[in-house]
Amino acid sequence: MFERCSKSWRAQRSEPGGGADGDDSLYPIAVLIDELRNEDVQLRLNSIKKLSTIALALGVERTRTELLPFLTDTIYDEDEVLLALAEQLGNFTMLVGGPEYVHCLLPPLESLATVEETVVRDKAVESLRKISQEHSPVDLEVHFEPLVKRLASGDWFTSRTSACGLFSVCYPRVSSTVKAEIRQHFRTLCSDDTPMVRRAAASKLGEFAKVLELDYVKSDIISLFTALASDEQDSVRLLAVEACVSIATLLPQEDLETLVMPTLRQAAEDKSWRVRYMVADKFSELQKAVGPEITKNDLVPAFQNLLKDCEAEVRAAAANKVKEFCENLPEDSREQIIMTHILPCVKELVSDTNQHVKSALASVIMGLSTILGKDNTVEHLLPLFLAQLKDECPEVRLNIISNLDCVNEVIGIRQLSQSLLPAIVELAEDAKWRVRLAIIEYMPLLAGQLGVEFFDEKLNTLCMAWLIDHVYAIREAATCNLMKLVEKFGAEWAQNTIVPKVLGMANDPNYLHRMTTLFCINALSEACGQEITTKQMLPVVLKMSNDQVANVRFNVAKSLQKIGPVLDSNALQTEVKPVLEKLATDTDMDVKYFAQEAISVLALA
Amino acid sequence: VRLCSPPNNTPSFTSSSIKMSAISASEKVDGFTRKSMRKAQKQKKSQGSSQFRTQSSLVELSPLPQLKDAPSTEQQDLFTQKLQQCCMLFDFMDSVTDLKSKEIKRATLNELVDYVSTNRGVLVESAYPEITNMVSTNIFRTLPPSENPDFDPEEDEPTLEAAWPHIQLVYEFFLRFLENPDFQPSIAKRYIDQRFVLQLLELFDSEDPRERDFLKTILHRIYGKFLGLRAFIRKQINNIFLRFIYETDHFNGVAELLEILGSIINGFALPLKAEHKQFLMKVLIPMHTAKGLALFHAQLAYCVVQFLEKDPTLTEPVIRGLLKFWPKTCSQKEVMFLGEIEEILDVIEPTQFKKIEEPLFKQISKCVANPHFQVAERALYFWNNEYILSLIEENIDKILPIMFGSLYRISKEHWNPTIVALVYNVLKTLMEMNSTLFDELTSSYKADRQRERYWLYGNSGPFLVGIRRIPAYHVVHHCK
Repeated sequence: MFERCSKSWRAQRSEPGGGADGDDSLYPIAVLIDELRNEDVQLRLNSIKKLSTIALALGVERTRTELLPFLTDTIYDEDEVLLALAEQLGNFTMLVGGPEYVHCLLPPLESLATVEETVVRDKAVESLRKISQEHSPVDLEVHFEPLVKRLASGDWFTSRTSACGLFSVCYPRVSSTVKAEIRQHFRTLCSDDTPMVRRAAASKLGEFAKVLELDYVKSDIISLFTALASDEQDSVRLLAVEACVSIATLLPQEDLETLVMPTLRQAAEDKSWRVRYMVADKFSELQKAVGPEITKNDLVPAFQNLLKDCEAEVRAAAANKVKEFCENLPEDSREQIIMTHILPCVKELVSDTNQHVKSALASVIMGLSTILGKDNTVEHLLPLFLAQLKDECPEVRLNIISNLDCVNEVIGIRQLSQSLLPAIVELAEDAKWRVRLAIIEYMPLLAGQLGVEFFDEKLNTLCMAWLIDHVYAIREAATCNLMKLVEKFGAEWAQNTIVPKVLGMANDPNYLHRMTTLFCINALSEACGQEITTKQMLPVVLKMSNDQVANVRFNVAKSLQKIGPVLDSNALQTEVKPVLEKLATDTDMDVKYFAQEAISVLALA
Repeated sequence: VRLCSPPNNTPSFTSSSIKMSAISASEKVDGFTRKSMRKAQKQKKSQGSSQFRTQSSLVELSPLPQLKDAPSTEQQDLFTQKLQQCCMLFDFMDSVTDLKSKEIKRATLNELVDYVSTNRGVLVESAYPEITNMVSTNIFRTLPPSENPDFDPEEDEPTLEAAWPHIQLVYEFFLRFLENPDFQPSIAKRYIDQRFVLQLLELFDSEDPRERDFLKTILHRIYGKFLGLRAFIRKQINNIFLRFIYETDHFNGVAELLEILGSIINGFALPLKAEHKQFLMKVLIPMHTAKGLALFHAQLAYCVVQFLEKDPTLTEPVIRGLLKFWPKTCSQKEVMFLGEIEEILDVIEPTQFKKIEEPLFKQISKCVANPHFQVAERALYFWNNEYILSLIEENIDKILPIMFGSLYRISKEHWNPTIVALVYNVLKTLMEMNSTLFDELTSSYKADRQRERYWLYGNSGPFLVGIRRIPAYHVVHHCK
């Protein structure tokens, strides 16, 4: 049928002027449709992506009667084309004439939902879920639900897998008879003998439970949940853990103990580390879902076991949850539980044999200080922080440093610096530049809290040393750090402590260090103000315009452009302008370029 | 240091959620460490399964008397005791604990291997459950997380099973048990059941090649001896493959399973059941898309060819399937595909050849023009194959027009002199097959090129569409 219509367009194309009905406007569409059949995948793909244009031009009726059947027939195509098609069809409702006709989209999507390639199938299911909402309740029962049933009883696993994702969208809007059928189909798929289908069902169990009436949750879902959670394949069991969160949220507190907890306990001690990992990974959600009482009695010991698990993967996942778990403990017994049950495990993890476990812990352990308060932090946590700060693995150290601020809030900077400063100073010279970088970023905060005197005494040398680091990222961060320090301590402090050292570097034999002077000036001029800039910095910059290295010279031009706004017009005209003009005639093209750019930006031409 | 890919939220354990990586964090930080240095650090590590480490409160084993010294009336009893003793598991990650017990178990296992392989009449009915129990206890375990989530079996050293000194003997023993002339499947099937086989199949994911090798032989024996399990085994392998293709993209034992399947397919009765054809088209063919194809391609191609030898009518769908999944960017894979096509052409029937010659030679024509010389070379080697040559000759009218353009063009343009030389030979062969057609094609090709040049430089804008299929570099070359 569509064959014919396309041919008729081609006929019209070859006889221009033949059709007085104005169908000439369909010519571009005919081209697009020809492209849909082209041998070249890319052309077909382009055409599919313009499908809405074709449909729009055809009008709703021809889209329904010609385009859609044609598309349904092309479904043997390349997966890439099919993926694009599956996506397009999800947005086609208006193009087939609105919700009244939306069911016309079901046949092509049904075929797409059965193909082997997972991404195509998933996209088809996504589109089906989307358009299910546009079906009227009647259409849902007449057209959509039969499709779901067909998929659910398909021969090949792909269609059954797809069906799993469709139950929950139609269930709430169909009659109770149909509902019963849907439940039955879901039950069947949960015990399908293909593990792929059971996995699909298990992954949709939570979602399906949410749309079911509570009684059915208790009667149907729980038994399915229990069965899936003891499936012979661990890949199925671990998905049941995810469903556990949703199911537990739906059930009243008094039923949790009998309906959910036996399964959850079993999962936390599963022989497969993948399942235990999943429990650890979902621990916070599970904790919220089962509530404080069960948490106290069951989850605390379970969590302890996970923190001591024999597989590093599981321990790391659990370590990641330490802070969240502690935060969500019931307030009345929180401190006691942490101190007697959790902290001993945490202490062991600090010296775990696996660096990923330590690193996971280091990323959250600082958060415990807010929960435990000042005294406990100083007594129990600080030694752990210190141990981790000295850990041999840089990632662990890094994670601790990047979270120093939350401890700071609890115990105050004095205490923090006294106990941690030696370690921090040591890390400032760490062999790994990312660690040094993390320390630099923390410097303005430390400086602000410690005050000028303390800073000058303990940290100033460090800050200056970073300026000649051999890693550019560190020099750059050090420059930026100086600017923040000047903002904190003021121009006078800058003039006395920083500026002389920075300007001194202008005579360094290493051109990278000379450039650092320029970068510092760029960063500092504004914070230091006009006087310092004009009197101290500008002469140095101007002098550097005679540097041998072209990179330095064009950075002089860039610096002049940058500090220009801080200078007064006199300095600009009498000092800056001649130098820039000279640079504009430099032999190096980059120097020329930046000099000219500076001249025009500063309007010195 | 143990690194792995933890499971994802989705059923597939792909590396998307990996929080840990193969590269230790210290190396990541500076990132300049050379790959070879990293490799050197992580060579040859062994690991145990979590199962062995959770067992606690071990009782020390005490040696039992030798079976050969026991009076024959007590031998059976002693055999059972020894089997039970071997159910004790040890932690091999800790090389210093339980040394004495480990040695006793090792010696006992050795003795058991010897006992079942040299003696007749020892497999009494009551021994079967004890034997399967001992084997299950020792070998069935959750495989530990992979040491290296980006494990590349071609490049990286596999992680070896730490408990191998014991496990190897258990496998050995089990194999001797299955191969014992007194072995009775009718009794054993009560214990070696579907559940048992399923667990056995899961072990094929082991990273330790020694273990997979044993498993291969054992599964093959089981398939041979237990008729009732055959369909089940095929179905489960089917499931493993589907998960491998569509979900995880990772399973260490694919090659081993395919090897077993190769001999299974060999034994299929004719006509082939629909189930078997479906397996070919929906599992084996899509398997060609896998990332790690190189690791099992030989076995896979063997299976495919086995199918075609059984039922030549499958040739067309198989070749169309391969063309559908033809690698678009991976030259290494393309070479493998060409190899497989040649294997198929070696056994193809002339009538089947006619059905697929057009799409197939369109692809081959693209391959010979491939800028990657290995791909071009592999495709051109087809012309060294006598049987393929005879097929081409029979169908020269169809094939020459498809091949001509590419061959002629690369004879002038390919960067690699070996390829150019090969192409000249191929052109010569083709010319000898039908010189009239060859001459016609040559002159029409030249006329086309003439016109192209005119279109390009005659400033006839609209005709530019005429050159759309010729890459730009080519046009430029000819305008000098």
